[in-house]
Amino acid sequence: MSTQTNDFDGHFGEYGGRFVPEALIGALNELEDAHISSQKDPVFLAQLAELHRTYTGRPSIITEVPRFAEHAGGARIILKREDLNHTGSHKINNVLGQALLTKRMGKKRIIAETGAGQHGVAAATAAALMGLECVVYMGEEDTRRQSLNVARMKLLGAEVVPVTSGSRTLKDAINEAMRDWVTNVADTHYLLGTVAGPHPFPSMVRDFHKIIGEEARQQVLALTGKLPDAVLACIGGGSNAIGIFHAFIPDSDVRLIGFEAGGDGVETGRHAATITGGSPGVLHGTRSYVLQDANGQTIESHSISAGLDYPGVGPEHAYLHDIGRAEYRAINDDQAMEAFALLCKTEGIIPAIESAHALAGAMIIGKEVGPDATLLINLSGRGDKDVQTAAEYFGIPL
Amino acid sequence: MSTSLEQLFAKTKAENRAALIAYIPAGFPTIDGCNKAIKALAAAGVDAIEIGFPYSDPVMDGPTIQEAADISLKAGTNAHDVFAALKTASECGVACVVMTYWNPIEKFGVEKFAQAIADNGGSGVITPDLPIEESKQWLEATKKYAINPIYVVAPSSSSERIAQVTAKTGGFVYAASVMGVTGARSSISVDARDLVSRIRSTSQLPVSVGLGVSTREQAREVAGYADGVIVGSAFIKLLLNAESEQKGLDAVSALAKDLAAGVREGR
Repeated sequence: MSTQTNDFDGHFGEYGGRFVPEALIGALNELEDAHISSQKDPVFLAQLAELHRTYTGRPSIITEVPRFAEHAGGARIILKREDLNHTGSHKINNVLGQALLTKRMGKKRIIAETGAGQHGVAAATAAALMGLECVVYMGEEDTRRQSLNVARMKLLGAEVVPVTSGSRTLKDAINEAMRDWVTNVADTHYLLGTVAGPHPFPSMVRDFHKIIGEEARQQVLALTGKLPDAVLACIGGGSNAIGIFHAFIPDSDVRLIGFEAGGDGVETGRHAATITGGSPGVLHGTRSYVLQDANGQTIESHSISAGLDYPGVGPEHAYLHDIGRAEYRAINDDQAMEAFALLCKTEGIIPAIESAHALAGAMIIGKEVGPDATLLINLSGRGDKDVQTAAEYFGIPL
Repeated sequence: MSTSLEQLFAKTKAENRAALIAYIPAGFPTIDGCNKAIKALAAAGVDAIEIGFPYSDPVMDGPTIQEAADISLKAGTNAHDVFAALKTASECGVACVVMTYWNPIEKFGVEKFAQAIADNGGSGVITPDLPIEESKQWLEATKKYAINPIYVVAPSSSSERIAQVTAKTGGFVYAASVMGVTGARSSISVDARDLVSRIRSTSQLPVSVGLGVSTREQAREVAGYADGVIVGSAFIKLLLNAESEQKGLDAVSALAKDLAAGVREGR
């Protein structure tokens, strides 16, 4: 069995592909061509590497967390510190790459969707850096929950458009961004924030994030002299997870484990665990697992983490799941918040609530595999943006 | 054997006029109201009706159709309501098709869906987010049940792409008049006329123009160069804004009569 995903035509097994209005086909072909040619262009690659060195802060470090590990069966636990990147998460890897591609295609305007605001902030940052016009679509509900990030985007010069249709969250922000793109595709690039959407987005966004795993693989080898036993990441759309998984896919002895947002518990129906609790279908231009009802209508997702609160997931994850190369489990809100608090108090690191799902996963997996194992966790973002949510959860008066 | 839709375009060609095609989502404004609207449209001289399958994430639709879909979905509209509306239209003696995003077809079962269209008197299905590359199973199913797979082409489509898409299309080619989503517009862009002539240079199929048509004048203009004129949001707006369902239906009927006159004045 081949474990290398096959994406030359935009499909991962039966997943992926393109399910979009005909008006976008030309733009997707143009984007695919630009991406393929740029990946072979030493000038483009050097430009991106230099930006990562001098602006993002790459390579991001790894940090071993022994005091946290005491609560995870004593396994050796190593964090990949994407939280230390400029703008506070892995999202910057993708936006810098796509913003460079936007300029390469001669387009002057980018649009983006955002849930929690992290991708919106990253997109607005890249637009400011490169002198591009930037419009961010954000569900009206989310603009209220994440008003600080709305202010950040505005400070960076972006226009933030509150979306009032449907459930007024991330899913509807994507719908609205797609409508903008259909209308303005001639001069606009849709800077999609995750490894979902129509081809080439799942492959392209992965290519911009796979540096996470490439760095971490070398760093863990240098530190421990061997590969980790398992690589863990939280998964909403799946960009940080595919970023750290990808370099390890050929290492068949290394387990790859994604932790979805279980919300109130998958059994309650109020969750965002798309692979664990969904079924194959088409959403936002790609075939993958989807939270949907018997009529194929999308079901609203629920999670304490706005960044994981999405009823779809990247098609490459659906494929890795079906062929058994990666495992996917659900972590509910309470488990994630316990791990969140624990990392704060044992290691002095405030993680993003998204990343806390992977930390909670490590507390379970660590006990399963025992003290001789080494676990590598992608700490995809920092928790500054989550202080208000966490304070409310733990009853800390503000 | 040809579909009712194909027969319709043969007839309107013989009459040297364009066909008037109306869109209404199933279950909107209510199940009963939708049935009445279908009958009113048919009685007012509409030649064909598109039944919309309301969908939770309609990326090709503007605010008017989104709102109608939301109302319909909140009332619980499902595939069977779509087929029932199709049957109602068919029994009114007009050609009828379903317009739907792809996921509801896939969830229902691709072959089962095509069969249900045929069984309820439908001529075909318009699939605005299904490119030909993802259509293998769908094209087999539509062929098996002898219904028309209707694809959309856009002003941004290259001539090569138009040739590829129209080669897979049956019934008529849906020409999106503008780059954008559904919704009434004050003028029909010059892109539409250009797109229709580009389609005609590569395909013998009838060409219908949709997106933005809402008045008799616009219908007349489009009927001058296209084989079909598609009107959706304008009807829905009347139903959304009406003080009562009956007043909404009366307004729909009046607009349909106006548009039916418009498509006969184009040449």
